[in-house]
Parts: sequence; structure tokens; C-alpha cells
Amino acid sequence: MTPPLNSLEVFKTFQQHLANGRKADHRTIVVSAGACGLASGAQKLIEALQAEMHDEDSAARVAVRVTGCHGFCELEPSLLVEPEGTFYPRVAVKQVSRLVKAVACGEVINDLLWTDPDTGKSVARMEDLPFYSKQVRKIMGRNEKIDPVRVESYIENGGYAALVKVLERGDPGWVVEEVARSGLRGRGGAGFPTGVKWRLLAKQSGREHKFLVCNADEGDPGAYMDRSILEGNPHCILEGMLIGAYATGATQGILYIRNEYPLAIAHVRTALEQAYEQGVLGNHILGTEFCFDIQIVQGAGAFVCGEETALIRSIEGKMGEPRQRPPFPIEQGIHGEPTGINNVETWANIPLIILEGAENYAGTGTSGSAGTKVFSLVGKIKNTGLVEVPMGITIREIVYDIGGGAVDGASIKAVQTGGPSGGCIPVSRFDLPIDYDSLAKAGSIMGSGGMIVMDNHTCIVDVAKYFMGFLKDESCGKCYTCRKGTQRMYEILEDITEGRGRKEQLELLEELALVVKDTTMCGLGQTAANPVLSTLRYFREEYLEHIKNGQCPAGVCKALISYSINEHCTGCGVCASNCPTEAIAGERKERHSIDASKCIKCGNCRSACKFNAVEVV
Amino acid sequence: MNGSIHMTLNGLEVSVETGMTILDAARFFGFPIPTLCHMEGLSPYGACRLCVVEIGDAPQSKLVSSCTYPVEEGLIVRTASARVLRARKMILELLLASCPQSKVIQDLASEHDIRQQRFRQEHEDCILCGLCVRMCEEQMMAKAIGFRGRGEKRSIGTPFDIHSEVCRLCGGCIYVCPACQLRCTYTEPDKAICGGCVNISPPCVEKDSYDDMMCYMAPCVACEIKKD
Ligand SMILES: Cc1cc2nc3c(=O)[nH]c(=O)nc-3n(C[C@H](O)[C@H](O)[C@H](O)COP(=O)(O)O)c2cc1C
Ligand code: SF4
Ligand code: SF4
Ligand code: SF4
Ligand code: FES
Repeated sequence: MTPPLNSLEVFKTFQQHLANGRKADHRTIVVSAGACGLASGAQKLIEALQAEMHDEDSAARVAVRVTGCHGFCELEPSLLVEPEGTFYPRVAVKQVSRLVKAVACGEVINDLLWTDPDTGKSVARMEDLPFYSKQVRKIMGRNEKIDPVRVESYIENGGYAALVKVLERGDPGWVVEEVARSGLRGRGGAGFPTGVKWRLLAKQSGREHKFLVCNADEGDPGAYMDRSILEGNPHCILEGMLIGAYATGATQGILYIRNEYPLAIAHVRTALEQAYEQGVLGNHILGTEFCFDIQIVQGAGAFVCGEETALIRSIEGKMGEPRQRPPFPIEQGIHGEPTGINNVETWANIPLIILEGAENYAGTGTSGSAGTKVFSLVGKIKNTGLVEVPMGITIREIVYDIGGGAVDGASIKAVQTGGPSGGCIPVSRFDLPIDYDSLAKAGSIMGSGGMIVMDNHTCIVDVAKYFMGFLKDESCGKCYTCRKGTQRMYEILEDITEGRGRKEQLELLEELALVVKDTTMCGLGQTAANPVLSTLRYFREEYLEHIKNGQCPAGVCKALISYSINEHCTGCGVCASNCPTEAIAGERKERHSIDASKCIKCGNCRSACKFNAVEVV
Repeated sequence: MNGSIHMTLNGLEVSVETGMTILDAARFFGFPIPTLCHMEGLSPYGACRLCVVEIGDAPQSKLVSSCTYPVEEGLIVRTASARVLRARKMILELLLASCPQSKVIQDLASEHDIRQQRFRQEHEDCILCGLCVRMCEEQMMAKAIGFRGRGEKRSIGTPFDIHSEVCRLCGGCIYVCPACQLRCTYTEPDKAICGGCVNISPPCVEKDSYDDMMCYMAPCVACEIKKD
């Protein structure tokens, strides 16, 4: 049976037909339902909306679209009304009925809109929210438009048009050079120029197979941009890979997705089925000579399996363990065949480059780092979520303008970029533009795009210890200096946070960190020292405070702090009833006190007190 | 792909066969490089990192494990630069702190003048060099033991920790082990074989049924006793 889209002309007519089918006066309620939206209640909203659609009157004027994540995690579950772009944050099920009626009449419900905490004014349109207004959402912005489980929705929004453009032109070499000209660099961490990688892959000739891999292992704690692209717009990854295959002559595609992403796997699986059915994937794609297959491989979810050579071994069904490069995967990858690996976000950029042209694409970002980058902005900050910004934007703009600054009067102290193997950048360097080279110079890395904000209640040594703990568990364990080195660095950091630290240990830590960086085989070990080296570079004083004065300035390290109750105490007794060890005593309406010998420093009293009377000393 | 390439070894212009590793080349020309997880006849693995050498020109130079790195045209190698020596010493200090009872490690440490011990003392009986695994797979064709887990939890053993059907009790694994060879006594079969093989009884224990076996256990108490 030939698939319905059996020539480029048929495809174009179909796409035009879908675009013409849009009803101008129709309003659509868009539900942000990525894995995170679903976790915060989007499923209930969807059910409530569908119930409302039983009403014929509403159904005639309002449509509902369930899409992937819109990025503003802090305010999930949220709704967006098209075409106006009205944004309703934290929508409760009981408000749905009222909302649908208002939307049907083209009205806006003011009291449900987002209000700016600084000005007290409400903001209606999504793009006017400070969180969104500085973003350039070339990739994430498509999530709102597309129903990820319907290929027609993707095609209607211009999907696969880049593939058609490439097939019409019929010149693989042009595609490779176009990607090279765009200046796109790999979004998986190292920032290797994608065009250069493709050139090398295209040159591998006379081999039986050539593989293309989409690396969706995304193992950094706190990073989830790849997941949200896979969930929200799986076809754009397939299209990117198809274009890559056409350009490099690859024969087989593999999507390596970690097992912990069930929704992403489900959406990608559906997308693959539909792409095969429609004839945009498989043999004789869109009636041309071009053939390409893509399959899914589910990874066991080890961080190190994101490393290219470990990923390849894992795809081959072996233990995920890196090996020596050279030979590089581009020459000897899966089963010894040439293999090109790119990150999810890298693939998502490809159709954009082809459609808007390399020069236009390179117009966003800086000269050394073109385009946009999606970051997952989390930590001690008001607006958490996925933010997509042009390269070259400063950290300050991301943290204060988009992120809204510190929470509850705290002061921001640093951001940690690049995941566990990244580094901390102090507030004094927040005017640093975000691009591959500046971040590397500042002792951190772009990584896959994690950005964790820390304030004065975050202990830097504790943060370094947390990341080292992660790395010591996630190192594959092959290189002695990576396995033992991370364990020993963790041990020293533990000593410091538990009050046993000695001055000499700090020197040892630094010495060891440099050797670990120097002597390990893969990127994990080579960057494993970053959390230590970058914090020592900018926050040595804080380390010394722990060691010399036995104090944790942030009030985090339990061994170095104690709790006490100050004069603000009203004697309400809430602290005492929350204390698990009955360490708090006091008469009603009189100042209470804590028995240090019983206190286990759980901090319950401090969170329970409404008068800020419990303090850390 | 036979042929030769030119490279610079400690300032010396040399020509070596393609397909060699840096370690092969260095040893061929008489430059010593200490190794722990490398053994003639077993495939290179690159676990101990003791054999690191510096390649390339400063400031872009980097350290790589010479036992796994293939020689390349134009490669510049230094086998004993200050950076290499610093790394080597730290690796040995780490090894000694975790595996103080190993004769091999003791000797290497003293050769390299390791005089301090700044890490907390541990007593591990395996450095996960993988020699035993490769010995078993590549020379004994048994594949009885392998690596499990990752990071701190990585260990050597048989699948599911049960007595391996394919183990031939040859003792090859113990013979090659740099960490536990001297502690191998038949009186404590549990400890007899380095970390991982705890579930295999060593050949000495069942010596009677394996009279003609190929046995690698060099200083073997059982054999000594049996002679009498
Ligand atoms: C320890 C480690 C973990 C990695 N994890 C990922 C990952 O989760 N996703 C990813 O795309 N790249 C990851 N990488 C980078 C990949 O090895 C590889 O460079 C990347 O997928 C190449 O794609 P790009 O050129 O598009 O960035 C990791 C690298 C290391 C060393
Ligand atoms: S550096 Fe670490 S993660 Fe990488 S191969 Fe070596 S031990 Fe494994
Ligand atoms: S004794 Fe068993 S495990 Fe050890 S090398 Fe021989 S066959 Fe392998
Ligand atoms: S048991 Fe011995 S030979 Fe085997 S990995 Fe451990 S140290 Fe190496
Ligand atoms: S001898 Fe090369 S890494 Fe062990």
C-alpha cells in the first residue's frame, strides 16, 4: 500500500489544505500538559474542559487543544486562549466552566489573569508577562501550537516543509553547508559545531551502514528541556533527523530515550507510526528516492550513558561504559559503523535553519554561538520554568528580568550552570553573556542547559557536595581517578560540612580535583572537578569559614549551626508542637527556648514559626 | 592499514607502526611507563590511569592513557613531564590509601617516592582494574566473571552472585590480580579470590577433582601442602 503523501506536490497541497481549514472566528483553549503540567493537575482540567464541550453552544465556538509544556512551570496548570494569547495561570477546575463561557463570547476574565507582584497590575497576554517578554521562543514557542499526537497538527503549522525544501533542492552538500553556515553548535553540552560534524559524517564512504542518533538521555538533575521538546513536538525531531540523514547519507536513525520519560516515549512512538503511515518516513519518502528509518532505543537512565561512546555501547546492548576516543564515533560507532550523534535540541533547530535560511538563523545570538538556547531555570527564584533565550543574553537578565529575582527578600548569591559537571558563577559576574566560550572562561560550562539559582540560604560547600555525591554514584567506575577521585573529593567535602575539615584538606582537594580533571577518559570525569574548582575559585572564603571558624554562613550545615529563639517569640507554642524530639519548652505567651542537647536540627520549628522568631546561629 | 607514522617521543623523532599504542611505542624505544591494568596478551582497557602521558603542545596539551591511545601521525608525546609525574603520584597515593596491602601497589608507590598518605585509610581488595575479567574472557574463554554496577557500587563477580557454571577454576583471575594475589589462601575460600569472585571456590579447595587442570596460582598454599 502506498502511503497517502506519495509525492512532494501531494504533500504541499495537503499542507495548504490544512492551513486553509482554520476557522478565523474560532477560539482555542490550549492546555499546557507536559509531564510537569500533568503532575500539577492538567489532567483534571482537560477532563473538565472536555465536559464543557458537551455543551453544543460552547463546542461550536471553542475548541480545546492539549499540547506539551509552555514553560512556565511555576504557574502550572495554565491555559492559553488563542488567537488573543490570553494567559490564565494556576487554573482551578471549578473555574473552567466560567472560563469556557467567557472565551466563547470573546471575553477576558480579569480576576483570573496573572498579576505582577511588583506593580499589582494584571497582565492578559502571555507574551506581555515579564517571564515571556524577554524570551525568544523559536523552539519552545511551537509547543503551544501543536497537538503532539496528531501529525496533521504539525504539518498544518509548517511541519515537514523544511524536509520538502531539502528534497526539492536535491543537493545534500548544500544542506551540510547551510547547517555549517548557520553556526549551530551542539546543544548537548560540548558545543561542537554541527555542520563540521555532518561534514565528517558525509565523507565516510563505502560503509554498509551509517547511523544517526538523537541523544535524549538527559540525565542532569533538574534539566528537562529535552523531555519537553520530545513530549510537545516529537515530529520536529524526526524532521531534523530526516534532514540530517539526507545531508549525510545516513541509513538508520536511532532515538535513544531514557526510560524515565514514559510520556515522551509514548509521543515519539505515536509520531513515528504516523510518519510512516503518511509516507514522510521509511522507503521512498514523499515519493522520492530518499529512504530512512528511525527506531527507538530505551536507555536505562544512567547519566553516563549520555556520553557518546557509552551511549553507543548501550545501544549495542552492552554495559554503558565509555571507551577511548579515537577512534571517534563518526568513524567507528554503532557496530563499528560511522555514527553521528546530536542532542534533542540540536535536532529541533535543524528544520528552523532550513526554513529561515542560515543567514537569518545566525542573526539571533552571538557570532560564536548562534541561535537560542533553552534553559531550565530552577532553584531559589520566583519564576521557575523552561526559558528560551538568545545566546549572548546576560545571566542578570535571565535571573532578574525573566526569573523575577529572589524569593522572600533573600539575596541571590550565584547560579550553577551546566548540570553536575558545571560550575557556579557568583552574582558579581552576572553581566556575563551566556555563550559557550564565556561560560567556559568563567569556569563553568553551558552543558545541556540546567540553571540553578542559589541565594544566601544556600551553602556553597553543601552544593559542591551534592553534585559530587551525584557524580560519585553516576561515574561508570572504569577510570580509577574518576571513581576513587570523586569518592575522595566527596569525603573531603563531607568533612568540611560536618565540621571536621582541616586547612590542608582544602589544598588536597584542589590538587586532587586537578588530577581527576586531567587523567580521566571521558567527559564525566574530565568535568567532575568543576563543582569543586569553580566554587573554590569564587567562594574560597565560604570554605574557610567552615574550616577555620566552624561556621556555615548560609546556615545549612547541620554540624555547624544551632537554632535559638529570639525576642520575637510570642509564646504561641507552635514550634514546640512541631519538634520531633520535644527539645522546645516554655510557658504559653512567654518566650520559648531550645534545649541544644535534644535538638536534632531538623528545622521544623523554624518553618513552623509565623513570627520569624527561630533563628540559626 | 599497515604502514608507519612519524611521531615525537620525549623530543625524539621516531617512526612507528600504525596500530600500536603510545605505550607500545614508548616501551619499544625504552621509555618506561608504569602500568597496572595493562598486560601483554590482554586487550587494553584503560582503567587505572597510571600510564597517562602528555600529548600535544602546551597550552592545548592533555593527558591520555598511553595503553589505549593509538599512535597518530605527528603526535607529540611526553612520558615524564611534570604534569604527568604529578598525576602519577596522586594516582599512587590514592591507590595506596585504598589498597595498602597490595605488594604491587606498595612497590610502585615506593618506586615513585610516595611519602605521604593524606586520604583516610581504607582496606579494599580490588581496584577494579579488570585484569581478571579480561583474563577470564580472553585467555580462559570462560567469561565467568564481569563488572556489575557503576560508581561507588561497581564490583566484580559472577552473574547474580551464584557459583558460575562456566568457571574452570583455573585461578587465572587470581594470578593476574595486582590487589589480592598475596592474600589468596585456601583456608578462607571466601577471600581467596579477589573481591568479585567470592562465589567461586578457588581451585585449591577442590584440587582433587581438578588434578590436571591448568592452574595459575603461583604461591599456592594448597599445592605446597599436597606435595608432602
Ligand atoms: C557524562 C556525560 C553525559 C552526557 N549527557 C548527555 C545528555 O544527556 N544528552 C546529550 O544530548 N548529550 C549528553 N552528553 C554529550 C554527548 O556526549 C554528546 O556530546 C552530544 O550528544 C553530542 O550532541 P550535540 O553535538 O548535538 O551536542 C553527555 C556527555 C557526557 C560526558
Ligand atoms: S571518566 Fe569516569 S565516567 Fe568516564 S569512563 Fe572514566 S570512570 Fe567512566
Ligand atoms: S578461575 Fe574462573 S573466573 Fe577466574 S579466570 Fe579462571 S575461569 Fe575465569
Ligand atoms: S579482582 Fe584483582 S584483577 Fe580483578 S579487577 Fe579487582 S584488582 Fe583487578
Ligand atoms: S595501564 Fe593504562 S590505564 Fe591502566
